[in-house]
Amino acid sequence: MSQNAVVKPDNIPTIYIRPSKGITSLNLRDLWVYRELVFFMLWRNIKIRYKQTLLGAAWAVIQPIATMIVFNFIFGRVAKVPTDGIPYPIFSFAALLPWGLFSTALNTGSRSLTTSQNMITKIYFPRLVLPIASVLAGLVDFAIAFVILVGMMFYYQVTPPAAIWTLPLFLLLAVITALGVALWLAAINVQYRDVNHALPFLTQFWLFLTPVAYSSAIISEKWQVVYSLNPMAGVVNGFRWALLGTNTGPDLSLLISVGISLAILISGLYYFRNMERTFADTI
Amino acid sequence: MTTAIKVENIGKRYRIGSAPQKFRYGMLRDVIVDTAKAPFRYVSSLIRGEELVNPRSSYIWALKDVSFEVEEGHVLGIIGRNGAGKSTLLKVLSRVTEPTRGAVTVRGRVGSLLEVGTGFHPELTGRENIYLNGAILGMKRVEIDSKFDAIVDFSEVEQFIDTPVKRYSSGMYLRLAFAVAAHLEPEILVVDEVLAVGDAAFQKKCLGKMGDVAQQGRTVLFVSHNMSAILRLTQESIVLDKGRLLMRAPTQQAVDYYLSSGEAQAGERIWDAEDIPLSAAPFQPVALRLRDQRGKVVDTIRSMEPLSIEWEYHLAEQVTGLRVGFYLSTMRGEYLLTSFDTDDAKQYEKFGVRKAGHYISRCTLPPDLLNEGRFSLGVNASSFGVRRYFQDEQTLAFNVDISGAPGTHWAEQRPGPIRPRLDWKIETVE
Repeated sequence: MSQNAVVKPDNIPTIYIRPSKGITSLNLRDLWVYRELVFFMLWRNIKIRYKQTLLGAAWAVIQPIATMIVFNFIFGRVAKVPTDGIPYPIFSFAALLPWGLFSTALNTGSRSLTTSQNMITKIYFPRLVLPIASVLAGLVDFAIAFVILVGMMFYYQVTPPAAIWTLPLFLLLAVITALGVALWLAAINVQYRDVNHALPFLTQFWLFLTPVAYSSAIISEKWQVVYSLNPMAGVVNGFRWALLGTNTGPDLSLLISVGISLAILISGLYYFRNMERTFADTI
Repeated sequence: MTTAIKVENIGKRYRIGSAPQKFRYGMLRDVIVDTAKAPFRYVSSLIRGEELVNPRSSYIWALKDVSFEVEEGHVLGIIGRNGAGKSTLLKVLSRVTEPTRGAVTVRGRVGSLLEVGTGFHPELTGRENIYLNGAILGMKRVEIDSKFDAIVDFSEVEQFIDTPVKRYSSGMYLRLAFAVAAHLEPEILVVDEVLAVGDAAFQKKCLGKMGDVAQQGRTVLFVSHNMSAILRLTQESIVLDKGRLLMRAPTQQAVDYYLSSGEAQAGERIWDAEDIPLSAAPFQPVALRLRDQRGKVVDTIRSMEPLSIEWEYHLAEQVTGLRVGFYLSTMRGEYLLTSFDTDDAKQYEKFGVRKAGHYISRCTLPPDLLNEGRFSLGVNASSFGVRRYFQDEQTLAFNVDISGAPGTHWAEQRPGPIRPRLDWKIETVE
């Protein structure tokens, strides 16, 4: 047997192309092969984001600050929502940061396929690259706005608690949630552009369901479990806990948030992979 | 020799809108039932990840039962009319779209030149786009680094390499895009019509690059409407028609077959609704006919007689700036002339705006123009600088018989595609 064995002179890969049946595997190895493309697309998204704008990256700061000012007036001054004794501006800004990341990531991620129609109909590459790179690009805005947050914490003399090391974990939860939902919506968007019209509405609705402008403490006890079905509630509570030391630390509801978020991501990955084979035909 | 590409019975089915259906009594109930069921069908199709099957829509097989093999290091030409399935075949081979049936085994990386410039972003500089485009085409970063200088060199845009490509001229843009694709060096290279870009010198460079690729033992699939390029670069070709593989033969034979297969009805080409791409609307070609001086439809003309070319078409709505015309070329794909019905300025004033309706544009080729042999007619309907409605470079082939033409009392073949009757004067000089 060893006599007949032919040593391949090189490692030329053999590709088998056939119609896929049933539920396809995630084939994340393919994504790994194309990891550099994720990096390049990410880099492209960041580079072109504020091209030909006057204010450039300042927009990453203007948006959350403007929202914070409006919220401060309506919820802080007029409605006077309880904030655990924390000054309202920083109370809302600490929540607007992950929220801004989430909504930008969700929106660009969901549109990532339809805006790259040209690439999809002409070249093979794992389509997952597009929503992943779009979602990750939102992190740059987050980092810029985070500097403002640090400044505000000095100004209001808020000392972060020891739990601040958990912040990246909550950030990860926000990214996972955004990616999971974006995968679903991006794949549906290929066939039904209704998604484009539903997105602003969905984002706004979701904002109201998330304790950004108010504290989740105002939700009555018996609704807390239902409320925690929204993973972003867990993210926002976690951010306040890790940054400002509110008593919204991890508990059972965070576990539910994590579970839901992972369920959306995994189902989203499978749905996306299964729809992927018709993207080039239906887009 | 090892097989580089093995295609087994592949088929690709597309859905084309909903087929026209006449109103029937009793249909309202069907519609209501259908609508009530739709959400369930939709949800189940989402779960199964299948395309939603609409019972009222119809399907078209863009490829059907196509099988062939390509040996490593061979150059295979792919010939076929618009809509014959060439692009679909290339898309299946490059994994852009999945076949509906059959299987393909490909040994090696498939790089294609049909995506020249895909992923280029106008706001990024030439340098940035080289990296981005290279990554999209599947190159590793180190690979791009090592080929960067060669790419820039090939593209001839060195001094603008740090300028955003939106400031490039279209020629520079294409050269840069082609340069990246050309340096991909995949085991299998797919080339589709790129030679239509750029000036003559650059085209020559591209053809040279393709030749190099083939010489390095790589496999090349070459799709082009340019028969002379196909003849020059390939030894063997396949002919596709309506999604089926008609023949595989030495290129000269395949080209002859392809060029003469157009006229099932001699001297006439009639378009069926399915032959007309949707993008042609509102222009609908009906028929292209060749008539001799007695008005008879012919596929062989005598060079001594005038030839009448008529193109019948329908406009579904008013078209502004329309010009309808033809290309005349040799069987090797060299163009002899191009002419449009509104070339005359006065004619353009009168017919530049054409209302919806049925038209025939007709012209006469003067006698004593063509040499003996076979010629090809192509058609084009467009509004200059606005839109090309319809184009087919090989619509109809015809023969020219030179009996009685000048010089035919010598039985010899005269080189050159034209044979005008020239007014020779012979003087005796003392």
